[in-house]
Amino acid sequence: MPQIFHRSTNTIARVSIFGGLFFLAFLVWALYELQASSYNTRAFVARAQPVQFSHKHHAGDDGIDCRYCHTTVETSAFAGIPPVKTCMNCHSQLFADNAYLAIVRDSFKNDKAIHWTRVHDLPDFAYFNHSIHVNKGVGCSTCHGRVDEMPLTWQVASLQMEWCLECHRAPEKYVRPRDQVFNMDWQPPPDQVEQGKKLVEQYRIQSANVITSCSTCHR
Amino acid sequence: MLKIEKSGRQKTEDRRQKRSGDKFPRRRERIWRWLSTFCLLSPAFCLLLSGCRQDMHDQPKYTPFRPSEFFADGRSERPLVDGTVPRRDLRADPARSDGDSSGGRAFQPDETSAAQTDLAKATTLPFPLTKEVLDRGQERFNISCAPCHSRGGDGDGMVAQRGFRHPPSYHIDRLREAPLGHFYDVMTNGFGAMPSYADQVAPRDRWAIAAYIRALQLSRNATLADVPPAERSKLEEKKQ
Ligand code: HEC
Ligand code: HEC
Ligand code: HEC
Ligand code: HEC
Ligand code: HEC
Ligand code: HEC
Repeated sequence: MPQIFHRSTNTIARVSIFGGLFFLAFLVWALYELQASSYNTRAFVARAQPVQFSHKHHAGDDGIDCRYCHTTVETSAFAGIPPVKTCMNCHSQLFADNAYLAIVRDSFKNDKAIHWTRVHDLPDFAYFNHSIHVNKGVGCSTCHGRVDEMPLTWQVASLQMEWCLECHRAPEKYVRPRDQVFNMDWQPPPDQVEQGKKLVEQYRIQSANVITSCSTCHR
Repeated sequence: MLKIEKSGRQKTEDRRQKRSGDKFPRRRERIWRWLSTFCLLSPAFCLLLSGCRQDMHDQPKYTPFRPSEFFADGRSERPLVDGTVPRRDLRADPARSDGDSSGGRAFQPDETSAAQTDLAKATTLPFPLTKEVLDRGQERFNISCAPCHSRGGDGDGMVAQRGFRHPPSYHIDRLREAPLGHFYDVMTNGFGAMPSYADQVAPRDRWAIAAYIRALQLSRNATLADVPPAERSKLEEKKQ
């Protein structure tokens, strides 16, 4: 019987076995990257909102404190989205006939809710609480980025478990003095880790073992 | 074609069986085929799945502001029924007992402020004044009031500069002479073009802000005699 395959096919067969392995590894890597990419987590994608509300104008240019609108951020799990009454504090006079604000006025007059599009949305099986972070010196901009420069709001973090744990394992890399929590311009000092360690002690931040245990966030 | 393939496979199977003594070549082959299909398809399947939000992500429960189909107005948060009383007995804390934004009061504050039947005329705080109270007042003032009244209380805050009606300066005689309760009352019920801040600022914080406004007013008219002796010498040193 004549030889059907040329000798070189031996090599090809071997290479293709290894090639297959590499291809599989590549596939796994590509999938991992894809699920962590902003395409999947929707980070850096500005969401369309029913009203063109701009943090850049309100918090940035006009210097309104986050807590003027997000009133419960220091005291509860939920940061709070302002009721229309809060908008009308100023917009009863400012831009009072502007078409941009037609929905806001209509909502105020007729007691209808505005349906804001959620930007950050953890799955319901994960528990998050603003008050503990804010009171232990984690600033808004650490997690939300420069909100005061966003014309429409987007998220800057993946909000994946890996991201939470990255900080819970070593909070000293991120904590800042409590009076800087609402300061959007804050930059970590060059000796952040040393400063951070002191703050961790001062604010009695619990050990990494405690805050990385599953039941902290899955309860 | 079919025939050749069949017989070919038969041959290899025979050979395999001989070599390994495998009793179930067909079943084995089926498992392999299944496994390889699984390996190939599972990444594709995962990709598909990752595009969905599963049930545990969006559980059928109410989280803050989640819409409801049950209530006619579509809100899961229900407004309080008129006259609702918080479960904690607030009479023990006169600073909070005036939580009613309409100005009417459900409770009589106890003896500390018994004299202050009309809060708008109150001249003292319903709780002791400490450094913490003033600090809290400063913080809350800068959050809630400074956008219009400016940090110094002159009434030219950013929002006023953008076209909102200019509020009066706190440093005019009428407001310097106004009782402390007047500020509390303005925050609670609003005043002219200024809306009520009762929803945004808790009663205790309203008193703290009132105290801080008083401090702002005093700061513009302080004399050296108002400075505590320990600090006074420092100032005098600077003057020379
Ligand atoms: C004038 C009121 C106002 C102020 C001041 C304000 N916000 Fe907001 N914020 C809103 C409104 C309204 C929304 C909902 C619309 C949106 O997402 O843009 C919102 C949404 C957000 C969201 C996204 C919420 C989501 O859907 O996930 C974040 C994060 C946020 N604000 C952070 C901040 C920070 C940080 C500051 C202070 C620098 C701040 N805000 C100041 C009114 C305000
Ligand atoms: C403390 C006062 C204040 C509050 C509260 C406030 N705004 Fe504004 N808003 C302003 C000012 C001042 C401007 C003008 C901004 C500028 O030109 O810098 C403005 C501008 C706007 C505009 C016009 C477009 C733009 O960004 O310039 C929209 C839309 C708007 N606000 C929506 C809202 C909504 C929605 C809320 C409630 C969540 C709200 N505002 C609450 C003060 C306020
Ligand atoms: C440790 C990180 C972290 C910090 C610090 C933080 N946030 Fe958030 N924020 C989140 C996450 C995560 C969510 C999404 C919560 C959810 O989906 O349940 C969120 C959601 C929000 C929302 C939407 C409403 C809500 O609570 O779901 C607002 C508004 C907001 N943040 C404002 C703020 C402000 C203002 C500050 C600063 C005082 C702040 N956040 C600090 C992580 C953070
Ligand atoms: C930048 C740092 C940082 C990030 C990011 C962060 N955290 Fe935290 N978290 C902290 C610190 C600091 C504490 C305070 C720990 C303590 O002392 O209780 C904390 C506490 C908590 C607690 C309360 C722990 C307890 O036992 O009281 C929960 C729940 C929590 N975090 C959930 C989350 C979740 C969920 C995420 C991701 C969406 C997240 N955190 C992201 C820093 C962070
Ligand atoms: C700091 C908070 C935190 C801790 C601690 C934590 N998780 Fe999570 N976990 C999260 C968040 C947030 C998510 C949602 C991530 C997302 O939406 O992609 C999550 C998601 C998950 C998921 C679902 C993954 C998916 O893609 O659906 C599993 C499973 C899980 N966690 C298991 C654990 C286990 C096991 C532990 C303990 C070893 C743990 N978690 C500890 C915050 C935490
Ligand atoms: C949206 C802008 C705005 C904000 C924010 C605001 N005010 Fe005013 N305030 C005004 C205006 C405008 C007036 C003048 C009202 C008039 O005469 O019609 C005023 C008047 C006042 C007066 C004087 C009343 C009198 O007897 O003449 C006091 C006191 C006062 N505000 C206190 C406060 C306090 C305290 C806060 C913070 C909780 C605050 N305001 C927040 C706009 C504002």
